[in-house]
Amino acid sequence: MRYFASLREIVGLNEELLTLPEGASVSDARLMLLSRYPRLQPIMERSACSVNHGYVSSETTLQEGDEIVFIPPVGGGSSGGPAAWNH
Amino acid sequence: MEPLISITGEPLDRNALVGAVSHPSVGGIAVFEGVVRDHARGKEVHYLEYDVYPEMAIKQIRTIIDEAQRRWGAERVAVAHRIGRLEIGETSVIVVVATPHRAEAFEACRYIIDTLKTSVPIWKKEVATSGEEWVEG
Repeated sequence: MRYFASLREIVGLNEELLTLPEGASVSDARLMLLSRYPRLQPIMERSACSVNHGYVSSETTLQEGDEIVFIPPVGGGSSGGPAAWNH
Repeated sequence: MEPLISITGEPLDRNALVGAVSHPSVGGIAVFEGVVRDHARGKEVHYLEYDVYPEMAIKQIRTIIDEAQRRWGAERVAVAHRIGRLEIGETSVIVVVATPHRAEAFEACRYIIDTLKTSVPIWKKEVATSGEEWVEG
């Protein structure tokens, strides 16, 4: 696990090792973090997840050595114009 | 050219980025420069603190530039983002797009900055006289 922005401030760490059972998913990692750091609850509800530098869904199965990061909302400010471009 | 992507703690150099995308085939260069503002949502901002997940941010910016190249043929692009503490009036981000004609440069530049703001893991914390807060959306 690596922590950034508000998560890093709440956890108080840049990174740590998480040991999960084989076949565990991103959701399982999320639950383990919440039990370890209950104060993450509100921000985790608004966070996406990345594994090995790409966005993933919560059903994604984790492998040994994966780098997991929960990504709190990124906020560079609004364009002040029409809604954002669609992909 | 290979897109130029940089994430740095140092002040950004607009002229260097414009120079990097310049080429005899280019007819227009669009530059977007994001600057730290002294107010946000009714608060008086003292300074900003940017945090980044560097490996992922670079990968995501590359994906955005690839899409801009696909849509508008924007072959000459440079994106630079500053992180760490930034004072009012300092430049936080620069997007430079050079194309043969201006329409594509404007559109690709706007697409890149708008998408960067919503999908690249770079966060900003506003430090105001009334307290500090990570900005969401």
